[in-house]
Amino acid sequence: MSNSLRTPLSRARGLGSAKHGVSHFIHQRVTAIFLALLLPWFALSLLLSTDGSFDAIQHWMGHPFNAAGTALLALTGLYHMRLGMQVVIEDYITTPLARTLCLLANTAIPALLALVAVLSIAKVFVGA
Amino acid sequence: MAGSHSQDKRPLSPHLQVWRWHVTMATSIFHRAAGVGLYIGAAILTGWLVALASGPLSYDGYMGVLTSPLGLLVLFAITAAACYHLANGIRHLVWDAGKGFEPKVATASGWATIVAGGLGAIIVFALAFLF
Repeated sequence: MSNSLRTPLSRARGLGSAKHGVSHFIHQRVTAIFLALLLPWFALSLLLSTDGSFDAIQHWMGHPFNAAGTALLALTGLYHMRLGMQVVIEDYITTPLARTLCLLANTAIPALLALVAVLSIAKVFVGA
Repeated sequence: MAGSHSQDKRPLSPHLQVWRWHVTMATSIFHRAAGVGLYIGAAILTGWLVALASGPLSYDGYMGVLTSPLGLLVLFAITAAACYHLANGIRHLVWDAGKGFEPKVATASGWATIVAGGLGAIIVFALAFLF
C-alpha cells in the first residue's frame, strides 16, 4: 500500500489508467442480458404471429408494444455491436491513423443504423 | 517504438498455427467471428426496416433478394451466428458469475453452444417455412 504509486484519490475513483474504469465491461454485459431476452422475443413473435408478408408485418408493427420492443432491440443491439467491434479494432489494428479511422467508423455506422432503424419503425408504426 | 529496430526483434508470443485446436479455444474464436458477422446482420435487418417503411413494393423487392438462394444462404449463416453468439454469450455470463470454469464443464458447455448455434438456426428456418 505504501509502495503504491497511485494516489489515494485515484484509488477512490477507481477509474484506472484509461479513465473509464469498468464501464465498457459492464455496458457489454448489461446489453447482453437484455439482448438475450429481446432477440428471441423478436424472432419468435414475428415467426409465430405473422406470415412474413408486408400486410402482416405492418399490422404487427402497428402495435405499440411490438414497435417499442423492435426499437429497443435495434438500439441495444447496435450499442452492444459497437462495444464488441471496438475491442476487435483495438486488438488487431495497431497503426494509430488506421485505428482512429476504424474507431470513428465504428462510432458513425452504429449511430447511423440506429437512427435509420428507429425512424423506419416510427414511420411504419404511424402509418399502420 | 514501432519503427525501432531493436524493439522489432523482440520475441513474439506463439500465434494460432502452433496450438492444437481444442473446443474452448474454438468457441472463443467463433464468438468473436460471429460477432463481427452480426455487424452485417444488423445492416441487413436495418435495411429490412427501411424497406418496410418504404412500402409494399420495396418490401417485396427486398424479401425477393433475401429469399433468393444466395440470400437464404447468407440469412442461414447469420441466423446460425446469432444463435451461437447468444448461446456462447450466456456461457460467458455464467463465467462472469464465477461458475463453470472446470475444464470438463467448459469443454462440455463449449460443445453445447456449437450444437445450439446449428440447431437454433435449423429451428428458426423450420418455423419460417412452416408458418
